[in-house]
Amino acid sequence: MIAAGTVIIGTGLAGFQTAASLRAAGYQEPVTLIGEEPHIPYQRPPLSKGFALGTQDRESIELRPHKFYQDHRINLIANERAVAVETVRRQIRLRSGSPIQYDKLVLAVGASNRLLPVPGAELDGVLYLRSLDEAVFLKQRLASAQNVIVVGGGFVGLELAAVASSFGKSVTVIEALPHLMSRVVAPIISEYFDALHTSKGVKVLCGSSVNEITGARGKVNSVALNDGKERDADLVLVGIGVVPNTDLAQGANLSLSNGIAVNEFLQTQDENIFAIGDCAEHPCTFADARLRLESVQNAADQAQCVAATIIGRRESYRSLPWFWTDQFDIKLQMAGISHGHDRIVTRGSRESKRLSVFYFKGNRLTAVDSVNRPLDHMIGRKLIAAGTAVTPEQAADENFDLKTLGQKTKPI
Amino acid sequence: MPKVIYVSHNGGQQEVDVPVGTTVMAAALKNGIDGIVAECGGVCMCSTCHVFVDDNFFSRLPPATDTEEAVLEISAEERQPNSRLSCQIKVTEDLEGLIVRMPEKQR
Repeated sequence: MIAAGTVIIGTGLAGFQTAASLRAAGYQEPVTLIGEEPHIPYQRPPLSKGFALGTQDRESIELRPHKFYQDHRINLIANERAVAVETVRRQIRLRSGSPIQYDKLVLAVGASNRLLPVPGAELDGVLYLRSLDEAVFLKQRLASAQNVIVVGGGFVGLELAAVASSFGKSVTVIEALPHLMSRVVAPIISEYFDALHTSKGVKVLCGSSVNEITGARGKVNSVALNDGKERDADLVLVGIGVVPNTDLAQGANLSLSNGIAVNEFLQTQDENIFAIGDCAEHPCTFADARLRLESVQNAADQAQCVAATIIGRRESYRSLPWFWTDQFDIKLQMAGISHGHDRIVTRGSRESKRLSVFYFKGNRLTAVDSVNRPLDHMIGRKLIAAGTAVTPEQAADENFDLKTLGQKTKPI
Repeated sequence: MPKVIYVSHNGGQQEVDVPVGTTVMAAALKNGIDGIVAECGGVCMCSTCHVFVDDNFFSRLPPATDTEEAVLEISAEERQPNSRLSCQIKVTEDLEGLIVRMPEKQR
């Protein structure tokens, strides 16, 4: 049996960052990082962006080189699966059978792709994207595809649609809701991206869904939509969201909600077990609600928070959420949580291709989404994080000096 | 291969040979330079690869984009006139001997 210390399950950014932050803070106990994938920890965002496009290679997306783990005494166990947590004995069990003892356990187990529940979804040519191996396979299949149907007009679907379109493929995006990315952005932002994709030749079909995927000799050849029409397809890319990986936590009788339930210190009801990143539902001070967020920011900041608590500088989690997506040459930057807003104002315009949307809940600025207005995004982060008063009228007025207000606001 | 000199906040120096075209950030990660965090992976969404560029080199760099300028507004350690994001500095032959100082705090 391996010695105790901190055991981290999951080698995504949250797991990696917990290990790195523990060592950076001078933690002296053993650190064990266990992941199912055969790779050293890597960045996931480029998989649907630069890696898919071919502008970033495998090495360039590694979070750190191999050597880092030896140098920092991080015992990285790849290609291994934790199958059980025994909370009373403070042990986890691996698929290979051996138990590992822990003092502190961090569940950074991530999420799994939601599967498309239609006939034909098992056909060859229906692909999902989550891991590096899936990205390598997707890239290979994309190269030889002609007609690509993207199911899901969220971030991943639209990023992949942009990549496929850049390769000259005929691309159709199928989105069930009336607007693209509508779970997170205001209609004016959806419309901007709808127009962007359309201008590049992508067919965007909102309010539509897939009834069935049909194939020949086991391979996809068309997709039947709810409008009764069939569309040719030799590749179907599905990006319809994820479900949190909760099996381990459930097996250990930890509370579940929309993910593994944690308190403001990111602890489960077992104080020695933390859950962070895509798998965890935490109380979010910026939303006055419990949220499960899937983002680089959330993974990295929650990891740092847990590392601080483990080394004895217990702190509650209160980092401002932020997100981004790259589609074609446009970056959409999002600060804060817009859900539950009761008023929005815009700064800039769609016509000028420089646009921010400011979301308010009562008098409080809760979120800013920006296209080609990076300063609005960064200042927005400061203002929301600090709770600085800004009125909708000021936010909408391009002559109002947000930058100076931001500079007067305390650092994040 | 041009040499880049990374100076930590307490004065410790590390020299790294960096292939032309590689960013100062990427070379730092690859070579175990601890003062660069690079949380967002080099896409100008965080400020955790902030560096202070030696005056002899600063003017030789292409100017910062609006996006980089915006990010420098949220750096953990206050920006200085010679502040840059190391993810946006691509090493060229002209930058042989480039000296970058790293802030004490990146977050």
